[in-house]
Amino acid sequence: MRISLGPVLYFWPRNEVLDFYQQVRDWPVDRVYLGETVCSKRRELRADDWLEIGAALIDAGKEVLLSSLTLIEARSEAGALKRLCDRGLQIEANDYSAVSVAEEKGLAFVGGSSLNLYNRPAIDVLKRAGMFAWVPPLEMPARQLQALLSADLGIETEVFAFGRMPLAWSARCFAARAQNRPKDDCGFVCKAYPDGLAMKTQEGEDFLVINGIQTQSHHCVNLIRHLPIMNRMGVNTVRLSPQSRDMNKIVHRWAEAIAGSAPMQLEREWLIAPPADGYWMEEPGMLESVTA
Amino acid sequence: MDLVCPAGSLPALKSAVDEGADVVYLGLKDATNARHFAGLNFTPKRIAEAVRYAHDRGASVYMAINTYAHADGVERWQSAVDQAADLGADALIMADTGVLDYAARQHPDLPRHLSVQASATTREALDFYYRHFGIRRAVLPRVLAVQQVRALAEDSPVELEVFAFGSLCIMAEGRCQLSSYVTGQSPNTAGVCSPASHVRWEEKGEILESRLNGKLIDRFQPQERAGYPTLCKGRFYTEGHRHHALEAPTSLNTAELLPELKAMGISAVKIEGRQRSPAYVAAVTRVWRRLLDAVDRNPARYQPDAEGQATLSRLSEGSQTTLGAYARTWQ
Repeated sequence: MRISLGPVLYFWPRNEVLDFYQQVRDWPVDRVYLGETVCSKRRELRADDWLEIGAALIDAGKEVLLSSLTLIEARSEAGALKRLCDRGLQIEANDYSAVSVAEEKGLAFVGGSSLNLYNRPAIDVLKRAGMFAWVPPLEMPARQLQALLSADLGIETEVFAFGRMPLAWSARCFAARAQNRPKDDCGFVCKAYPDGLAMKTQEGEDFLVINGIQTQSHHCVNLIRHLPIMNRMGVNTVRLSPQSRDMNKIVHRWAEAIAGSAPMQLEREWLIAPPADGYWMEEPGMLESVTA
Repeated sequence: MDLVCPAGSLPALKSAVDEGADVVYLGLKDATNARHFAGLNFTPKRIAEAVRYAHDRGASVYMAINTYAHADGVERWQSAVDQAADLGADALIMADTGVLDYAARQHPDLPRHLSVQASATTREALDFYYRHFGIRRAVLPRVLAVQQVRALAEDSPVELEVFAFGSLCIMAEGRCQLSSYVTGQSPNTAGVCSPASHVRWEEKGEILESRLNGKLIDRFQPQERAGYPTLCKGRFYTEGHRHHALEAPTSLNTAELLPELKAMGISAVKIEGRQRSPAYVAAVTRVWRRLLDAVDRNPARYQPDAEGQATLSRLSEGSQTTLGAYARTWQ
């Protein structure tokens, strides 16, 4: 089982991003996804910065991919996507625009979880387009994944196994809305929330998290105790999605758990929110099947 | 521009056809379509009747097979495609690349439309679906500003259909798992959002609470109008401030954009609402038929008639309408 580090989903200040990836060089992760997947207005880092980070990670022995935006609306964003495919690195396609461009350029790609690959014929179409690994939709239960992997897919399977779950994307920026600002004059308010802006019910219960145009779960998916079954099924890679603190400990624990040298468990105080594995168990995604 | 209207039952289809719909879209009674609600939709026999009724009156029937096929149930979606061909549907509306691929191979002569559930927003994405499946038309998701729709219409390889009226999805369609996060059932795989089976209403003194699988979606004072707890349309707290953090209950209404949409070369406008009653479908179709006829007669002098707009507002969620993402200010 390999470990990948998903793209940073939040808008972190430039220096924090640089510091973060400086640390990643020494972490036991095999694959790293870089770039902005949520909002094209977030430009603390330029393409050259990402390539520089990527080069250092490649030197450290990591496989490096560039992730595409997930919701592409403007022509300028489509143009940026084409340039993304010309950087000499493989990409993660998070939208069919990215699939289309990668296919036309003959560039192999990872199919992200938002491509809605729920069945074999859908996966086969994208294999023909150049997909060499795929990430199942977050809501796919283990039972369905098992059904898919019972026949060899011929490509790698990567499961989103840790972190707050990206659940929805909108034209509207909810972070700007929360501050009564129009999207076109957002003031980059999302930078104030390194793990997203809490959205609570009227009973004060933590419910969802706002990350610009993206809506996330409050809970962190955590499938670490399902490692044995993922292994048996033929899952190749687990994806860990970055959070602002204790990621170092989390990544190391996953690596140790895979190696069999530590319990398949994350310490509660490392997590920014309670764990959940409902989707995996074919339950509502917000539920946790056993208390950690 | 064609007027494409919804039908969740044969009486609704007849209402739509009688009131001037050019096209009616419908789905089977199962999870293969995105309005899989109890008591709604068509058996194959009913579809045959519906097609006959529509065709006899010069209208077309599109069949929505626009959810994503389950890993262990692909045959059900493929069978729905075969049935649509057998029953004489005029086009299929699909989102799943696997289902599109099957339809293109097995029924190359049956026109394929890309469902809004595929959320294709760019020339490049439309190229992909055109290249692989020869789609004739795409239904655009409700995330594009009107300027972006225009830009896309300028170089789209396929016909474009846009949403004109009805319930407003505020998330990119097909990219929203909020419902399954809370209830286990999502639009993508179950064809439902915030399903009624998980809704609970509770009275606490004068306050009415709506819950979805236990989560408090909203609280209503006696003078407030209580809306269905669609989970993105409740009131929540962000930083101590209670508000419709995502969106208020409201419906999309693009009547004022019709001349612009026509000038862009949009092929069809779509009315949402297969879950609505035949009376609703009749009233909305009647208003939109008038609007489209008016814009056809003289786009320069077109203005939505006040009476029609009042009818649409009355039939809207929370009696409010919006231009949604078509207007940058909404975003």
